[in-house]
Amino acid sequence: MMEKIQTDVAIVGAGGAGLRAAIALAEADPKLRISLISKVYPMRSHTCAAEGGAAGVIKPDDSMDLHFNDTVGGGDWLCDQDAVEYFIKEAPKELTQLEHWGCPWSREADGSVAVRPFGGMKIKRTWFAADKTGFHLLHTLFQTSLKYPSIQRFDEHYATDLLVDAGRCQGLTAIEMRSGQLRQFQAKAVIITTGGAGRMFPFTTNGAIKTGDGMAMAYRAGVSLKDMEFVQYHPTGLPNTGILLTEGCRGEGGILVNKHNYRYLQDYGMGPETPIGQPVLKTMELGPRDRLSQAFWHEQKKGNTVPTPWGDCVLLDMRHLGEKLIDERLPFVRELATSYLQKDPVHEPIPIRPVVHYMMGGIHTDINAATVLPGLFAAGECACVTINGANRLGSNSLTELLVFGKRAALSAVEYIGSGVTPNDAAITKQAERVQGRIRTLFEKSGGTESISGLRKEMTDSMEEHAGIYRTAEGLQSACAKIGELRLRYADIELHDKTNVYNTDLLQALELGAMLDCAEAVAVGALERKESRGAHQRLDFEARDDQNYLKHTLAHYHPNEPPRIEYLDVVITKSQPSVRDYSGAKK
Amino acid sequence: MSERQIQLEVLRYNPETDSEPRFQTYSVPCEAEWVVLDALNYVKDHLDTTLSYRWSCHMAVCGSCGMMINGEPTLSCKAFLRDYPDTIRVEPLVHFPIERDLVTVIDDFMEKLNRVKPYLIPKEARTIAEGEYRQSPAELKRFKQYTLCINCMLCYSACPEYGLIPDFIGPAAIALAHRYNSDSRDGGREQRQQVIATKEGVWECSFVGACSEVCPKHVDPAAALQQVKIASTVDWYKEHLMPWGKS
Ligand SMILES: Cc1cc2nc3c(=O)[nH]c(=O)nc-3n(C[C@H](O)[C@H](O)[C@H](O)COP(=O)(O)OP(=O)(O)OC[C@H]3O[C@@H](n4cnc5c(N)ncnc54)[C@H](O)[C@@H]3O)c2cc1C
Ligand code: FES
Repeated sequence: MMEKIQTDVAIVGAGGAGLRAAIALAEADPKLRISLISKVYPMRSHTCAAEGGAAGVIKPDDSMDLHFNDTVGGGDWLCDQDAVEYFIKEAPKELTQLEHWGCPWSREADGSVAVRPFGGMKIKRTWFAADKTGFHLLHTLFQTSLKYPSIQRFDEHYATDLLVDAGRCQGLTAIEMRSGQLRQFQAKAVIITTGGAGRMFPFTTNGAIKTGDGMAMAYRAGVSLKDMEFVQYHPTGLPNTGILLTEGCRGEGGILVNKHNYRYLQDYGMGPETPIGQPVLKTMELGPRDRLSQAFWHEQKKGNTVPTPWGDCVLLDMRHLGEKLIDERLPFVRELATSYLQKDPVHEPIPIRPVVHYMMGGIHTDINAATVLPGLFAAGECACVTINGANRLGSNSLTELLVFGKRAALSAVEYIGSGVTPNDAAITKQAERVQGRIRTLFEKSGGTESISGLRKEMTDSMEEHAGIYRTAEGLQSACAKIGELRLRYADIELHDKTNVYNTDLLQALELGAMLDCAEAVAVGALERKESRGAHQRLDFEARDDQNYLKHTLAHYHPNEPPRIEYLDVVITKSQPSVRDYSGAKK
Repeated sequence: MSERQIQLEVLRYNPETDSEPRFQTYSVPCEAEWVVLDALNYVKDHLDTTLSYRWSCHMAVCGSCGMMINGEPTLSCKAFLRDYPDTIRVEPLVHFPIERDLVTVIDDFMEKLNRVKPYLIPKEARTIAEGEYRQSPAELKRFKQYTLCINCMLCYSACPEYGLIPDFIGPAAIALAHRYNSDSRDGGREQRQQVIATKEGVWECSFVGACSEVCPKHVDPAAALQQVKIASTVDWYKEHLMPWGKS
């Protein structure tokens, strides 16, 4: 007999978004039964890796309008502007709330919270806790969540499927990793907060757990994935590991040079050159991520990059910042570069190259964090609200986790107030079907494919064809490859046939999720015949507002490519115009 | 890139099939700048898919990948092969039950962490509209170091006391209690003292200092324990010798 857990709200994912949702639920109604399900212990969630900071208007020289304009322009007008307005209004409140919960934000001399500059911003507005902002945010939320007895945690439980009956989401199944048993969660509402899917690519800042599981779960249950073709490259990753050096490096004054020691960004519409050590907001090194990553690609084509054993690089030079400032504001960056690359930023320039970082796309949600499937909500990187549009502004994501994590919780409370209850018989039958499917995968013998083999073919194809610059030809071959891999996936054989902490099984399930997500990326990119933000087509170089000022919606099909539809972008007050990051008229 | 052949001796234990732990040796071709975790991932992808271990960030911040490496509690994602001989022994963290292979059961730590109330208990309540609490950089500095704990549990493996007396609350949890006690915004010290100024709390610690030596984040839990002890002693004197002195 499969164990059944009755709960009011089940949250899948205990990163920043999931924890914020759990706390909001517990505060909204202490009687609510909350199940917080996560495949890793909450403090292992990848939010811990975020370094730079979280954006929110707090200083007197800043304004909601400025944050709005930076976000919408940064997103190349693909953001839904009503969602952005809501986000920006809530942002300072959420960051202050986190301060009240003990987050060790860095401070000004007068004891107020300090802010630092970030790329694509007209004004300094990024709250930071040295260069471990995500880490502190996650631990503050996790530790605060321990205050609430109604939050029941199911750590190291791997969610596999949503249970849907009568057009409503009524729960999910998850494997308890310690026993290998499948458990059924019967819930009045489900919130997905499973984070991103950067592991579809070989070279990424994303941890091993970021495999798009929650996106795939919703997608297979009939909720479309939105804007998946928008994959953000971060311009400054360590070349051998993909470890990120935060944008804070440039915010504090670090510069990017090519092999001729030339600040090449001035050749890509982000000049003129600014004085070294005196960064100017929203230009040169503080341009947006998509533009910086694209500039790298051109430098590489021109032969201006520096060859290293791990591929071509440009150099991030921070020496002029001095040891004191680096140790105070960027200690983690120094530790990471020194240990993983054996280069100390105090004494030498650090070779870096663009690295896959963030999924702008995700589960299609509305401004209330609700999906089209009643009872299902989503927030955080797995969701697409969309405030990030075609290119996320650095430091908006951490804030987004808080704002929409809470929003999802409040929407779920409202939804279950209407008196919905799970249909035991119907969803139990479904859960049994899930169990049967996993058992087949588990027991099958004679398979010819390996998990790591298929994974490598997927990541190679994504890197080659769905990277910084794309073409129809390349994307067609990526689509064909992913389609082929989805078929071959059926021929995987597990070698581990035991129950306890079976990572062979979990990796197989993760691969399945990544293949579904990857196909949505590739097909969405092929169909979008324009260049916008992080999606750049060599065969369609211009932005095309006539035809593509629209969100892509990919609808799942079990053995065919997704069906693509489009949805208009919500525009409230900012009409699309030119993204200008030159410093000339500033 | 130079390749080097490493013999990785990995402790294997599967409760369903093994009556006791055993070692299995894998010969792994390694690149110069690899860490032990990269070698384990090579094994998982190319040699033996049944091996289980925890990891995620590969940047020493998620705290998942602590193991005994040649007998020392270490983060495997920060254990550079260049610092090791050609034969490397990898075992699960000691002082914890083995769940499977290199995966340990950490329920005990999770329960203790909960017990020390590791969250802000505000000295004075404040609404969001009133904005942030003021905290000077100097006040922040007083506890900042103790916020850096990644819960990797290396200190519990290094601590001889925890090995002998499992009730000991242990370094990381006490350091976190101390972190909140030392925060200018917090007023919960008294509640936490009931948990940590006890026999299973700080008085169990015998100041070997091994916890601080293995800490990958330089949290220095031994210093936290020391400071809690001193403060608790002061409390005791205030209460017993000079009752008028308790403000
Ligand atoms: C290196 C790095 C630096 C960054 N720096 C910044 C920054 O400075 N500022 C900024 O704003 N953003 C930054 N970002 C982006 C930001 O950190 C992430 O977008 C954000 O933390 C994602 O949070 P999340 O809560 O959505 O997901 P995560 O924190 O990734 O959590 C996902 C959760 O879902 C769970 N989960 C996943 N799948 C399953 C499953 N099948 N079953 C059960 N549970 C599951 C996981 O266990 C985990 O608990 C950075 C990202 C990276 C990688
Ligand atoms: S993998 Fe995260 S700490 Fe080692």
